[in-house]
Amino acid sequence: MDKFTVLSAVAAPLPEENIDTDKIIPARFLKTTKRTGLGVHAFDSMRYRADGSENPDFVLNQEPYRKAEILITYDNLGCGSSREHAPWALLDFGIRCVIAPSFADIFHNNCFKNGILPIVLPHDVCTQLMEDARMGGNARLTIDLPRQVVVRPDGTEVPFTVDPLRKKLLLEGLDDIGQTLQHEKEITTFEERRAKAQPWIPRIVLD
Amino acid sequence: MAPRTLFDKIWDSHVVETLPDKTAILYIDRHLVHEVTSPQAFEGLRLSGRRLRHPDATIAVVDHNVPTSDRTQPIEEAESRNQIETLERNVKEFGVPYFPLLSARQGIVHVVGPEQGISLPGMTIVCGDSHTSTHGAMGALAFGIGTSEVEHVMATQTILQKPAKNMKVVVEGQVGPGVTAKDIMLAIIGHIGTAGGTGHVIEFAGSAIRELDMAGRMTICNMSIEAGARAGLVAPDETTFEYVRGRPFAPKGEAFDEAVAYWKTLAADEGAHYDRVVELRAEDITPVLTWGTSPETVIPVTGTVPDPAAEADPGKRAQMQRMLDYMGLEAGQKIAGTPVDVVFIGSCTNSRIEDLRAAAAIAAGRKVAEGVRAMIVPGSGIVKAQAEEEGLDKVFLEAGFEWREAGCSMCLGMNPDRLTPGQRCASTSNRNFEGRQGPGGRTHLLSPAMAAAAAVTGCLTDVRELI
Repeated sequence: MDKFTVLSAVAAPLPEENIDTDKIIPARFLKTTKRTGLGVHAFDSMRYRADGSENPDFVLNQEPYRKAEILITYDNLGCGSSREHAPWALLDFGIRCVIAPSFADIFHNNCFKNGILPIVLPHDVCTQLMEDARMGGNARLTIDLPRQVVVRPDGTEVPFTVDPLRKKLLLEGLDDIGQTLQHEKEITTFEERRAKAQPWIPRIVLD
Repeated sequence: MAPRTLFDKIWDSHVVETLPDKTAILYIDRHLVHEVTSPQAFEGLRLSGRRLRHPDATIAVVDHNVPTSDRTQPIEEAESRNQIETLERNVKEFGVPYFPLLSARQGIVHVVGPEQGISLPGMTIVCGDSHTSTHGAMGALAFGIGTSEVEHVMATQTILQKPAKNMKVVVEGQVGPGVTAKDIMLAIIGHIGTAGGTGHVIEFAGSAIRELDMAGRMTICNMSIEAGARAGLVAPDETTFEYVRGRPFAPKGEAFDEAVAYWKTLAADEGAHYDRVVELRAEDITPVLTWGTSPETVIPVTGTVPDPAAEADPGKRAQMQRMLDYMGLEAGQKIAGTPVDVVFIGSCTNSRIEDLRAAAAIAAGRKVAEGVRAMIVPGSGIVKAQAEEEGLDKVFLEAGFEWREAGCSMCLGMNPDRLTPGQRCASTSNRNFEGRQGPGGRTHLLSPAMAAAAAVTGCLTDVRELI
């Protein structure tokens, strides 16, 4: 996983609520056995017309947003399916940070696991940041994770909160399996205790 | 100790350790695996040289991608075939119990788990699929996870999570004729919205919930995710215990009695605190369906399509208009009588034997309307066999329905069962998102009985007219 420290980048405004993970990556593209290569299909139904050509009205098909690394939307981003292909598709497109007034739980979690920083900011702040984003290619937003601020093009700063453990993992680019396995002794102790307390819990063994 | 909810009790009994920032290392009892969200996780284990900690707490099936037509032939779609073959290689390499495509026990993972007695009360259950919430009907804490977490569970048999908030949805009273678990749940989602449960685990309670059979409770918990909740729960009771008794992987004999004694301690304590409580009267719920492209767009089947002009917020108004355009509907039109092209009865929401019986009761002695394609996709090989034993297959075939093999099918259109652009579908599945059932497809979510009614009349219909 790539580290996330300070990101200065173009932000794309997508002023919609309830953008579901089917919209981010439709089910027909989930047949891959890899994590990469999904960027070309990100937002497929909004990004391409029925004949396969680009829809020029869609923000990610416009300059400078083709190179957007930040995406700003309205409420309940990433609702629906748990598919991690959604953050994989965003990441493969180049998105490293998503900003919205609220996120669906699983998507929010999946973003962190892939080095994408999800930032929760109030609806009116998201509207302001979308206005900034519409100013074009020179109007970059800076996401400063160590200081936990979004720096707007005019230099004003918007603070945000982030879970300290998740911040640490993002800053260091660590996955959490290694970290959990440091507690393997406790897991084993738990298993032994439970095997005694609830010996009736069946094992799944096929004949 | 302070009074605790059902969720609190299951949570507390699975915390291995709490980290300084309150994140818990939560022990997982059952890990359900399918072909779509697992390949990258197995690959991760392989690359890091890690083992799968507990194959005997893991079960794998193929469901999302599988064809629901004749399966004696090789799978035509190369990518689907590859994903299924990849799973078969992975379960062999890591020693995971697996129900293959041609096994009678194959089916949709959320139908198979309870059916086999693999999902039990009081357990923690995860799967790389958001509808894992289904298993909450057993009185288990069950939720969907992403593929990175799938790998985490494989390697550690735990997950990292902070406790959710407690929410209770109470439905008291008795529902009227033609009103099913699906109508109750759609009514709840219509009431609280698709983000209404975000950050919460919802416990469903009240006499209307307690009176549901296990299939109905599964339908309710299944769609907790459509209300934004992390999971749904129903307290285990005699209905649950009777359901579990004798299932292949359930405890037997004395072990079963011991288990039941423990399961009886799980119900919420008197005075347990819920962060949010929502109450609905069962008598107020009618047969319902969705008109738009979000599961919260619920209206009674006797209702009309809402008018965006009545919406004050310009963003929401634009989104409503977009939904109307996509769905090919006009503001103010009566929803009943809208012609359908396809009827899909299946999915982890509504493909159990009880669902098929409800659909068959409407289909019996009637014919699928001309020009309508109606398909029945049982949730598992076991459900299919049971239905055939009861003669339901004949009822459906004589009426002109397709009788297919088990799988996720047209719920998400990963296999060849897809809508074509502009086709309108009455569907017992769980999501009506744009393109969900195929690019350009239009989905109306409803109950199996309402779906069968649409099949035989050729249009969205109040099922009460056919009872």
